[in-house]
Amino acid sequence: MRVQVNGQWQELAEQTTVADLLESLSLPARRVAVEMNREILPRAQYAETRLGENDALEIVTLVGGG
Amino acid sequence: MDENVLRIGEFEIGNRLFVGTGKYETFELMRDALAASGCEVVTVAVRRERLTDADGRNILDFLDPGKYTLLPNTAGCFSADDAIRTARLGRELLEGLENAGAGWVKLEVLGDKKTLLPDPVGTLEALKVLKGEGFTVLCYTSDDPIMAMRLKKAGADSVMPAGSPIGSGQGVLNPWNIRIILQQLKEGDESFPVIVDAGVGTASDVTIAMELGADGVLLNTGIAGASDPVTMAHSMRLALQSGLLAHRAGRIPRKLYATASSPLDGVIGA
Repeated sequence: MRVQVNGQWQELAEQTTVADLLESLSLPARRVAVEMNREILPRAQYAETRLGENDALEIVTLVGGG
Repeated sequence: MDENVLRIGEFEIGNRLFVGTGKYETFELMRDALAASGCEVVTVAVRRERLTDADGRNILDFLDPGKYTLLPNTAGCFSADDAIRTARLGRELLEGLENAGAGWVKLEVLGDKKTLLPDPVGTLEALKVLKGEGFTVLCYTSDDPIMAMRLKKAGADSVMPAGSPIGSGQGVLNPWNIRIILQQLKEGDESFPVIVDAGVGTASDVTIAMELGADGVLLNTGIAGASDPVTMAHSMRLALQSGLLAHRAGRIPRKLYATASSPLDGVIGA
């Protein structure tokens, strides 16, 4: 299935969860926040949330800024 | 009331110098400069995570979320919608880190890439939405007293007028407007926090802002871009203390003509 992650289309296996995706990217859940289809996805739901065709995800972290 | 504590919404801050974490040459230098500044609050930005080839270094390795209260900004947002989404993501990030700053945000909605001046309409729109979602909002704005009052009336927990454009190092260009903002926003509400944010170039700029009566100063480039950021951070720490005390001490008025400091009587003569 095709899913948009940080503005880029990616081909992911069916049934991939948000937690699966973060793990495949080596991103610790504690240091990121996820917005799914314009809504914040609570961290507690990463493991049970399956991605679907055309879902759009923003995976963000803290960086330096003023 | 402890006059050394700065209250912004439900947040209580012990140090009135807020320092940014951007533009340092290295994370190590950032860490050391923040320590030298003595600050309690540091601003951070929220950005897309790198999905490939992450070099493994994350700012959180150099920024102790147990020691600092992180203040996420909505820098880089040119629309109210982007700023609102970014603020929500910032809150989510800080909740995950169990940082004391979860729930507050430095709201910036920018109007123009070259000047980085704030878009007043977008800022007001985003402010109203974020207040409705329970955020404590510190609003970056220009030194326009009308806009400053609009933001306060719309629920801003702090109004943060720019001294001069972000990163420009020009200091407080219009102290008269800052004074008007301070006077009007604090009328009948002395403790309403007004923080000078943007354009601070060196220590005297911080002192001038505090002497005017600002409740705090927020800066980034002034330290990060200095030749020796650690020494500059230390100087900013002293500058803030100095300006705060001078304001409280009640300065002498400016006069056109001289008033002698030594007695006029008893001078020896012929």
